Amino acid sequence: MLEAVCGAFVLIISGDAKLIEIVALSLKVSLSAVVFASLLALPLGAAVAVARFPGRKAIVVLLNALMGLPPVVVGLVVYLLLSRAGPLGSFGLLFTPPAMIVAQTILILPIIAALARQSVEDAWLEYQEQLRSLGVSGVPAALTLLWDIRYSLLTAVLAGLGRASAEVGAVMIVGGNIDGVTRVMTTTIALETSKGDLPLALSLGIVLILLVLALNAAAYVVKDAAQRKYG
Amino acid sequence: MSALLPLRLREVSFAAGGRTILDRVSTQIGAGPRTVILGANGAGKSVLMRICHGLLAPTSGAIEWATREEEGTRRQAMVFQRPVMLRRSALANIAYALKAARVTGAECDARAREALDHVGLQPLAEHPARVLSGGEQQRLALARAWALRPEVLFLDEPTANLDPSATREVEAIIQAIHAAGTKIVMTTHNLGQAKRLGDEVLFIHQGRLVERAPVETFFRIPASPEADAFIKGELPWA
Repeated sequence: MLEAVCGAFVLIISGDAKLIEIVALSLKVSLSAVVFASLLALPLGAAVAVARFPGRKAIVVLLNALMGLPPVVVGLVVYLLLSRAGPLGSFGLLFTPPAMIVAQTILILPIIAALARQSVEDAWLEYQEQLRSLGVSGVPAALTLLWDIRYSLLTAVLAGLGRASAEVGAVMIVGGNIDGVTRVMTTTIALETSKGDLPLALSLGIVLILLVLALNAAAYVVKDAAQRKYG
Repeated sequence: MSALLPLRLREVSFAAGGRTILDRVSTQIGAGPRTVILGANGAGKSVLMRICHGLLAPTSGAIEWATREEEGTRRQAMVFQRPVMLRRSALANIAYALKAARVTGAECDARAREALDHVGLQPLAEHPARVLSGGEQQRLALARAWALRPEVLFLDEPTANLDPSATREVEAIIQAIHAAGTKIVMTTHNLGQAKRLGDEVLFIHQGRLVERAPVETFFRIPASPEADAFIKGELPWA
């Protein structure tokens, strides 16, 4: 145990090339997924919060339920879509980083959308009369709300990032955990642990936790500063 | 541009959750005198004002502006009891309202600055609006409404959350907006304020329009027992 911990720190401090490659790919995949998911989920969440249409409650329930989407199921569905015989097989994306980005985007989109919907809806309760009095409704109202609570939405985006960087099932299935191509932190930890290479697994675990911690701390600082500046 | 006023209310009723909040209110609000809608908390004043402004639709009855409806909503503004400011500067909050009314470019900036000047907030133009004090935020809300140059300004208990000195500032601004030619329609439960700012009183009691009179007459010889009791500070249900 102690040996494994020491080994892990040696790998981290020495800047092991393999370690860095795996961490870099993980960040690339998960951050890309967060960007794509946010671009879709934030407007979607705002629209559901502001608009009133038949079936709206069903969509709210669906979004909330999909927050608990099992990563392996998402992986399986994306696998079926992207496999040679699947409808999107001709793109040849299976077992590539783009496939992993697609899977993680699908996985975290409901999380970001559901949390954004809640934040925007709370703000809408406060702003609604004033905005309607000024003649602002529909899409402009939703955009105004999104912009006005942008720092609160960081929390929703971070929840998505946390989920994406921590999940192992979806990237394992659609990425295939190919050494040097689609191997990310979580899949490597799973593999190396079963192989018995504990120092590498442990060092990746430490890096993963430190990254998540650092991102959350940065977001907290930004949000706190914005809160004090804008009220 | 055709005249916006008078605003006619015909048998306007409003019910929510099985409770009648307004009960067949019929009246006419004309240009000129400052109209104060007076009544106790829960009498239905705010709901009446929201129906006039178009934020609520009456359950039955109708309201009619002298001009077409869609044009009518553009030519009025409302200031709420608790001002709602966006997370941007004081100046940008006014500019936002002007842009929503399709006033852009240099004119937007000029009108926003002029409005801030009117309410004495020019030095705070670049301050984030949400960190201003309650009184400053309400003055900013008045500036935002004023910048729109409305023909009618609705004010819903604009000083209910303010201390006496902020109340005086807000009342002075309301007077100035009136003097500049905007029709003032205001709700209050404060008798002193009704006397200071009102020309005519609409007295609402339990959802009904009980009395309408010039402010002087209303306070000297109220025609209804409900108004008499309200002025004397009696509890009508006791």
